[in-house]
Amino acid sequence: MKISLSTSILAGIAIVSGGIVLLGYFIDLPGLRDLRLLLVDWAVILAAVALLVGVLNLAVVHWKRFRASQKGSGNSLVLMISILVTIFIIAAWGGPTTVGSMWIYNFILLPIETSLLALLAVVLIYAFARMFHRKITIPVLVFAGVVLFVLVGAFTLPGLNVPLIVELRDWITQVWAVAGVRGILLGVALGTIATGLRILLGSDRPYGG
Amino acid sequence: MTFLGLGFVILFIVLMSLFWARDRKQLRQNLRSIPAFAKLKQGIHLSVEAGQRLHLSLGHGGITGQTSTSSFVGLSVLQRIARAAMFSDRPPVTTSGEAAQAFLSQDTLRSAYRAINVESPFDPDAAQISGLTPFSFAAGTLPVVYDQQVSVNIMAGSFGSEVALIADAAEQTNSVSLGGSENLAAQAVMFSAIQEPLIGEEFYAAGAYVQAGPMHAASLRTQDVLRWLLIGVILAGAALKLAGIL
Repeated sequence: MKISLSTSILAGIAIVSGGIVLLGYFIDLPGLRDLRLLLVDWAVILAAVALLVGVLNLAVVHWKRFRASQKGSGNSLVLMISILVTIFIIAAWGGPTTVGSMWIYNFILLPIETSLLALLAVVLIYAFARMFHRKITIPVLVFAGVVLFVLVGAFTLPGLNVPLIVELRDWITQVWAVAGVRGILLGVALGTIATGLRILLGSDRPYGG
Repeated sequence: MTFLGLGFVILFIVLMSLFWARDRKQLRQNLRSIPAFAKLKQGIHLSVEAGQRLHLSLGHGGITGQTSTSSFVGLSVLQRIARAAMFSDRPPVTTSGEAAQAFLSQDTLRSAYRAINVESPFDPDAAQISGLTPFSFAAGTLPVVYDQQVSVNIMAGSFGSEVALIADAAEQTNSVSLGGSENLAAQAVMFSAIQEPLIGEEFYAAGAYVQAGPMHAASLRTQDVLRWLLIGVILAGAALKLAGIL
């Protein structure tokens, strides 16, 4: 596979900066620590700039969709108006934490996201039911059994006090579930290290091909 | 303790390099069968033959936080599948919930176009940001799943429980859905909501299964070796504790 000069330069920058940050994490030398913090600061600044460009990209995509009168172009118009109004209010009131911006956050963004959260509860119950329609395997039965058991154990039903159910629920959630979670997390941690090292070694290059 | 961590990382690099040197010329890696990856290969062929689209959702993890590695796994998958699915009448699309990640996915798609010399011009809108908070990201992804004739939905990145909304849309459009995440809540939701979930380390094995390069297979073997090492250490620690030595 041919690797261009620009890709080699990009890979070099990524490997060197990644190596410095990783070493700075393990070895506490003053110069190395400062360099690590500097590089992390640069990464945060670049991510913030990317966010601005990203918002612009979002607006451009929806502008094109609106102009092409694609399906859902009305929603695209609402999105563009919302972006413009929000930017205007932030500029007029002088910042993202002022009265106007917080009003948008508390009275528009928060209720919409909360309604999506409520919708999510319904979708999850539906997904749980659909899981049996797809295929019934032993892991599916174990999953469903534990979910139902933990839910039953969490309810307080008047006149229905089944002995030992709370103790059994605690035993399942605090011993079996925690053991399973730790097992999964160990796998995730090893996978995380492997992914990071592949990028540091230049094997994975999610930039410039 | 920090030197123990550094030693672990060095051991990881040494083992990865050894496995890479040993197996780099092998064309086929001997890996256990994971249904999600078989379904992925099937789905790519299906989307090319039926002229439908493949959608890869990268989540909202970004590239600077703790969840960045799952975004990179998603990008590795994208790099590989984009080349295969690019010949479809409708080239693949990606959705992201973070700006830098969206640019990387754009770059990955562009490099796939370059690598296979596709005649049609690259459309930068094929890699889009669909929202910048978890729920706005999920809500912004829904029109892509519903309206763009998607036959395969891959969710590979950092998600929360909001992934259920995307999975539900995939189910309603009768498209294939598969995916994985580093987030435990998302893994639990995916287990019930999508057709082929990837649990725990299976997600991180994606690169090896889509044949993204010999280093992916080498890192997978290293993970297996170190997992056994960790199991041994945990069991030895438990035994020493029981014996009253620790």
